[in-house]
Amino acid sequence: MAISFTLNGKSQSVDVSPDMPLLWVLRDTLNMTGTKFGCGMALCGACTVHINGEATRSCITPISSVAGKKVATIEGLSADGSHPVQKAWMEEDVPQCGYCQSGQIMSAVALLTKKPNPTDADIDDAMSGNICRCGTYQRIRKAIHRASSSMAGKAHSAA
Amino acid sequence: MATASVVNRREFLKTGAAGGAALVIGFHVSPKAFADQAQEQEKKTPNPFDAWVRITPDNRVTLVLGKSEMGQGVYTALPMILAEELCVDWKQVHVEQAPTNPQVYDLGTGGSGSVAGSWLPLRQAGAAAREMLIAAAAKKWEVGADTCKAKDGYVVHGHPERSFRYGELVADAAKLEIPNFNKVLLKNSNDFTIVGRDTHRLDTADKSTGKAHFGIDSRIPGMLYAVIARCPVFEGKVASFDATKAKAVQGVRDVFEIKTSGRGASTTGGIAVLAENSWAAIQGRKALEVKWDEGAAASESSEELRNQFLQNAGAKPANTLRNDGDADAALASAGKKVEAIYELPFAAHVCMEPMNCTVHIGPDSAEAWVPSQGPQWAQAVIAEAAKLPPEKVTVHTTLMGGGFGRRYQADFVMEAAQVAKISGKPVMVLWTREDDMQHDFYRPASYHKLQGALDNEGKLIAYKHFQTSTSIAAKWSQKGADDPGLGEFGTGATIPYTTPNIRIEYTLAHSSAPRAWWRSVEHSSSGFVMESFIDELAHASGQDPLAFRLKLIGDSRKIPQFGEGRADYHPLDTARLKGVLQFAAEKSGWGKPIPKGQGRGIAGFYSFFSYVAAVAEVSASNAGFKVNRIVCAVDCGRAVNPNGVRAQVESAAIYALTATVKDAITVEGGRVVQANFNDYAMIRMNEAPPMEVYIVPSTEAPTGIGEPTVPVIAPAICNAIFSATGKRLRRLPIRGEDLA
Repeated sequence: MAISFTLNGKSQSVDVSPDMPLLWVLRDTLNMTGTKFGCGMALCGACTVHINGEATRSCITPISSVAGKKVATIEGLSADGSHPVQKAWMEEDVPQCGYCQSGQIMSAVALLTKKPNPTDADIDDAMSGNICRCGTYQRIRKAIHRASSSMAGKAHSAA
Repeated sequence: MATASVVNRREFLKTGAAGGAALVIGFHVSPKAFADQAQEQEKKTPNPFDAWVRITPDNRVTLVLGKSEMGQGVYTALPMILAEELCVDWKQVHVEQAPTNPQVYDLGTGGSGSVAGSWLPLRQAGAAAREMLIAAAAKKWEVGADTCKAKDGYVVHGHPERSFRYGELVADAAKLEIPNFNKVLLKNSNDFTIVGRDTHRLDTADKSTGKAHFGIDSRIPGMLYAVIARCPVFEGKVASFDATKAKAVQGVRDVFEIKTSGRGASTTGGIAVLAENSWAAIQGRKALEVKWDEGAAASESSEELRNQFLQNAGAKPANTLRNDGDADAALASAGKKVEAIYELPFAAHVCMEPMNCTVHIGPDSAEAWVPSQGPQWAQAVIAEAAKLPPEKVTVHTTLMGGGFGRRYQADFVMEAAQVAKISGKPVMVLWTREDDMQHDFYRPASYHKLQGALDNEGKLIAYKHFQTSTSIAAKWSQKGADDPGLGEFGTGATIPYTTPNIRIEYTLAHSSAPRAWWRSVEHSSSGFVMESFIDELAHASGQDPLAFRLKLIGDSRKIPQFGEGRADYHPLDTARLKGVLQFAAEKSGWGKPIPKGQGRGIAGFYSFFSYVAAVAEVSASNAGFKVNRIVCAVDCGRAVNPNGVRAQVESAAIYALTATVKDAITVEGGRVVQANFNDYAMIRMNEAPPMEVYIVPSTEAPTGIGEPTVPVIAPAICNAIFSATGKRLRRLPIRGEDLA
């Protein structure tokens, strides 16, 4: 049975088992490998995507539950890495092995959408579901603050 | 590009490349790095080239070498070194992973050895190419080579300046005689413009956009996805299985048994479930019915292992590794004695990218996509499974989502090769997190008895260390022989603290749990034990822990590494060890007042030829503790990319912090109890303390940086907790009841 949803702004239809998690639909059916498998139990955050703007662990999200919804993945954030959060990640040299960073970035973007000027406590709350085994937390924190500043700057100049 | 089949070491090659002649330099990057038994067991081939520099007419500089990127930043640091001597913008240097070729390369990435081992050869190669290009330009202009110089990818001459781009010179340069690598003129380090500067990593954009391809992202037309049901008990086997229900799962294509054997194997094999996608394979495995022959290891447990440790500690030690003076006599007559038991558990690597390997075996050749620290071993394993000569096996070494020593193994490659051989299709064997955690090669569990004696002036008059552990060497020894223990001690037997009487003893304990190299290997245990015990001695003698260390280290001198054949092979330089201790102390505000309920602890250690000291600040009570700050000082020789050095120190500190405060790997019924991040937890954002990293300015050659921070973190934290609470913590990970 075909399941339809919006993926990074485009309509997408897949014909897979309805209980198949979104993660595997993205990775194996659609070959969109930017979203990563880490634990399969929503414990590590490597698979984080946005569903209707909410940071969501795609590894436990059955594809049937996203029917008609808007899914955004790391590939949809920007065509060229120009999203302020991605730029901040590059400026702070956050990634080491880089495997968890798609999920980290998606969690950070969701945080900044809700709280454009997050405190350290807000960052702890929003980001503690994402494990980084390379221990890049300090740089992630700096990068979120940096992205917050640059996004605020843009908002000002636009206004 | 044609490659000459017989070439001499460090010889320039003239080859025709598509689009014109290229200047190609083949050379040798020292594989000596660090003793790695698995690698040593591999057949050596006579051709020593394992790295190449290629400069093409389009001005592109390519560095081809067999180093894998697992997050440690070698794809940035290594081109920086080459670019420095070659006088080009380092961003102009592109890194290519050398394809495995048993006739040409000797690949492997580990032991914190990539920058250390590549430093001189890369400088020599860059300088040799620069000299060749200058000579070619001088000949064209008919001027002396000494009147020309290299600058930003050009050779320039005269006033007004005239110039040739490197690309314009490669055809002529390739015809010139080869300079002797040992005679090329290396840059004066005062003239460095790239090495030593904070530099952004080259791979950050791809890793921030989801474009970076890891092994698990390999997508081959027609491929299947497989998971394997393995016996949960170490060394257990399949007794029987029924695939009926597994085959009924939508998307499952095939179910069959595989067997693994030989040096690369860890488990005995299992039942492979192949499907159209990973999810179907995982569901198929859940539906599979397997009866296991659990075997003899089923009676093993962590409790049983601890009983062995206690028994060994109560018996005569099997081996005395070091015996200076008479430690027992000194202990017997000492005015003040300190005795303590330290314990460390098995630890898992837990790469964020679970193990995986994609293999396609055809009738005459094979191709594989492997996230591997040892791709040459992977090639050998696939060749053996496929019954092909190794050169018929193409291995693509992918980016790795973490390595930490785990990906030096070939067990996951062996399994994938067996599955691919039977299937005939391209297959990715994917490990779930549970597979990865329960079938790892663990950092050995160990038990240590420390004894120290102090005289009335607070001098250390005896130091005795007995260790019993589940050795790595015993696991890997083909003879299954008793491990004499030296490898288990690492720098734990090289003691910087002055004392006339030293005794180091070791007894092997037995376990079927796989063991191997975990970030910093045996130093993770040695550092914790030595630097905690020295702290105990400092307090027992009523001295400040930093002052006590500095006094005991004493005069500046070089201490040969114990067990190393050559006394001049990277001896421990006491001045550098004192240097990092003092630097970390100064930056942390050591000795300044600290609020009640808080404490500072210090530790310093020498490993991978580098010196690291850490000061931890904690808040602690009998109800719990929190790490508030970690300050590290490192001396790793010249820091090629200080930004990268700091990143590695931060990373190793968090890795060690997880092992210090989170969970142990335990064994029950011959199987690992922990399976996922719920019962083997990791440090997360809300628990990551602020860290400061200070690099000692140095003109020494670079040494390791990926690992040597690990050994100092646990002792610094435990020493800080002692300072705050008076509770001495002697087993890892720290448990609530140890504080109460």
